[in-house]
Amino acid sequence: MNLLDPQGPVAAANSTILVDSVAIMLAIVVPTIVAILGFAFWFREGNPRARYQPDFVYSGRVELVVWSIPALTVILLGGVAWIGSHQLDPAAPVPGTGSPVRIQAVSLDWKWLFIYPDQRIATVNTLTVPAGAELNFQLTSSSVMNVFFIPQLGSMIYTMNGMVTRLNLRADNEGKLQGLSAHFSGDGFPDMMFDVNVISQLAFPDWVAATAKSDAVLNEESYKKLMQQGIEAGRPVYRLDDPRLFDLIATQHIPPGPGPQVASDAPHSGGQHAR
Amino acid sequence: MLGKLTWSAIPFDQPIPLVAGGVVIVALLAVLIWVVVKGHLPYLWREWITSVDHKRIGVMYVLLASVMFLRGGSDAILMRIQQAIAYQSQGYLPPEHYNQIFSAHGTIMIFFVAMPFVIGLMNLVVPLQLGVRDVAFPTLNSVGFWLTATGALLVNLSLVIGEFARTGWLAFPPLSGLVYSPGVGVDYYAWSLQISGVGTLVAGINLVTTVLKLRTRGMNYLRMPMFCWTTLASSLLMVAAFPILTATLAMLLLDRYLGFHFFTNEAGGNVMIFMNLIWAWGHPEVYILVLPAFGIFSEVVSTFSGKPLFGYRSMVLATMAICVISFMVWLHHFFTMGAGPDVNAIFGIASMIIAIPTGVKIYNWLFTMYGGRIRFTTPMLWSVGFMVTFIIGGLTGVLVAVPPADFILHNSMFLVAHFHNVIIGGVLFGAFAGFTYWFPKAFGFRLDERWGKAAFWCTFIGFYVTFIPLYAAGMLGMTRRMQHYDVAVWRPWMIVAVIGMAILTMAVVCQVVQLVVSIRNRESLRDRTGDPWDGRSLEWATSSPPPVFNFAISPDVRGEDAYWEMKAKARQQQFAHAQPEYQDIEMPRNSPTGFVCAFFASIMGFALIWHIWWMVILGLIGAWATFVVFAWRDHDEYVIPAADVARIDRANIEERRNLVSLAGSV
Repeated sequence: MNLLDPQGPVAAANSTILVDSVAIMLAIVVPTIVAILGFAFWFREGNPRARYQPDFVYSGRVELVVWSIPALTVILLGGVAWIGSHQLDPAAPVPGTGSPVRIQAVSLDWKWLFIYPDQRIATVNTLTVPAGAELNFQLTSSSVMNVFFIPQLGSMIYTMNGMVTRLNLRADNEGKLQGLSAHFSGDGFPDMMFDVNVISQLAFPDWVAATAKSDAVLNEESYKKLMQQGIEAGRPVYRLDDPRLFDLIATQHIPPGPGPQVASDAPHSGGQHAR
Repeated sequence: MLGKLTWSAIPFDQPIPLVAGGVVIVALLAVLIWVVVKGHLPYLWREWITSVDHKRIGVMYVLLASVMFLRGGSDAILMRIQQAIAYQSQGYLPPEHYNQIFSAHGTIMIFFVAMPFVIGLMNLVVPLQLGVRDVAFPTLNSVGFWLTATGALLVNLSLVIGEFARTGWLAFPPLSGLVYSPGVGVDYYAWSLQISGVGTLVAGINLVTTVLKLRTRGMNYLRMPMFCWTTLASSLLMVAAFPILTATLAMLLLDRYLGFHFFTNEAGGNVMIFMNLIWAWGHPEVYILVLPAFGIFSEVVSTFSGKPLFGYRSMVLATMAICVISFMVWLHHFFTMGAGPDVNAIFGIASMIIAIPTGVKIYNWLFTMYGGRIRFTTPMLWSVGFMVTFIIGGLTGVLVAVPPADFILHNSMFLVAHFHNVIIGGVLFGAFAGFTYWFPKAFGFRLDERWGKAAFWCTFIGFYVTFIPLYAAGMLGMTRRMQHYDVAVWRPWMIVAVIGMAILTMAVVCQVVQLVVSIRNRESLRDRTGDPWDGRSLEWATSSPPPVFNFAISPDVRGEDAYWEMKAKARQQQFAHAQPEYQDIEMPRNSPTGFVCAFFASIMGFALIWHIWWMVILGLIGAWATFVVFAWRDHDEYVIPAADVARIDRANIEERRNLVSLAGSV
């Protein structure tokens, strides 16, 4: 999960910007800290060699310098921020080898559902992707807000009910990574960690074929069962019945997931869904 | 009859909150009984509860903040222990309890520790620094304090009756909506903030008016001490930002109580609007807290370096720049919500721009020390510790303002470490510096230096031992608010952080011991001169503690560092004091309005939380009637005769003359 050990181009660019920004700032922060400690020590009351200058209260030259140093730093970093924001826009394409893989992620209370519409399969709490290929994510939430984040692949993005966010990533090396939700979403939140299996592009079709043999089918009915609040200990896989399931969720044709099943005498809102 | 309130609201099955609540109730009852039996109640009622004296109200604010600091700190200890042991296990706190604790910790530390602490110091000091006798609206000031106390009371009540929010300190919908949080927790959160928010708003209005309209002769804007400037900036932000919070929470409450759809998933509600609104208040809020701290450091560094503040005008400009720009950066709290690259970049750069005036402030304090004669008292230690720590917090802050970096740091432990870095290193260090610096002014004796320095070093070291590991955990991908985890590499850092927490706990113990030791040795620590630190601004020109009217004769200010110049002049003129002509002084009468109003507001808040509608009406009418009675008052001032003023002031002058002659003979 180390941010400084990126496994894809987006994470690599994120962490490069992180390290460069820190380096730029350290160049003025370290001398400033040294000066603070140095001045404080030298001008201590008991030091007879320090010259007391009670009238040194203004100096145009010093003022110019003290406004310029942070201003120049910010101009430099502002450039980094502007260029970086555009290059690393989560929706920007991340070209890779082979054909891109479309993945539709849905955050549920409290598990992750990954739908592969083109392969007509779906998985829960485990994400399997081919190395080197562009990964096009569409994300939404069945209920509350969450953040989809695989630290070693880079940029995170919110999932929200009734909305679709976009994120493009690429995993360069085969292996096992971990992902998580980075926005608190209720009692089962810490159990929203998921496995990321990066496998070779050759092995990917085999994995798809094996998964498609699953007995379990994901359709509106089984999805509604899945979206009940609870923690998923296993790693179920599904055949996907209707490739438009994600759209039905994102457009609220399938209503948002329920909250805790606690009797409440308060007026209950809801029931109306955009159709 | 009692709405949703039943016996099941009291968590008989959860020993921790029940025991904690029980201890607090027993302690409160014990104090109350002691007060009544000893016959202190009339004194407390007359001199404190109904007092409209800005100094007394300031002290009560700080007292409230200190008590709530112990509560919020206990929450922090519970969380750090949980995360240290909850590796591949559930730890000792189940999610429903842990989630309440971190929500309460954030809410309490911001709204009921940091806010009352800085407002208390501003209340205590600003009228004195401006050379005036009280704030602009003394009774309103008391109302503001007591409403803040009401909010604190409701938050603490949630410990034993019902539950607190489990949604985090900003209660993001839809999680905080009725569907996903059907309990009373979010209602406790929202109503306590609504009520205390009114208190904060009136405090802001009061302070803005005081600074703008009530300055003594000759105290023009560019002669005001820096703390008055930062108070002005911070209070302007309160007036501008708190209504946003009130409106946002009102919408959330409409969703929860009346089936509205501002922030629900259904019927076109939009959660992103809540995010934008809450941070449009939330980001100015952090500057509301830190600007007064900047003011405190300016006073402290200047006083203990024996020099005027370097680049005063530059500091004023920087302060007001921060005040304005702080409203233009809120989006950096959710770069990862999918706004376009242009929006992200612009808000990122705007956020960095705040670092410019902040950096200028650091350099100006640095050059205030240059050529000074620095006395390392406790407040000065807090200030130097602040400068070093705050720069590091500023560095990580600018780092998360770079959108691509934030894309991997958002909501992580790195972020948690960053904002504790600036809030502890900035606001808390500032509050403690101000507390030690102005304590003798408020109570007439200094605090013990040895215990004060011990507290500083424990806090300083404890801070780094606690929060450097959190930075590290964030770099390892750890996100915040995890009740348990299975990632082995996070564990060692959580264990180190718990050790840091132990050091921070020792720091709090040192603070308490410092207070006890100082009270016990108050005779030897007595400040008879009113000027224990060789101060520069007008609060040191009167006795410690000041008389109720602050100044017998309104001071006439001739420049920056008003009192420093008066002292220099007095030395030159060989103390040839003309006998001043004393006059009668009119002071505002005490008023129970604030206390009574808050009493009814507490009833109303509690009733709203539990849907006890008849009680809501009772509370509302009671609070309103209190104001009507106050508005129809006939006498709101009383007169202190000139003879009394003269007697009090001559005693003060006598002490002061001794000080000046001693200093002059060196």
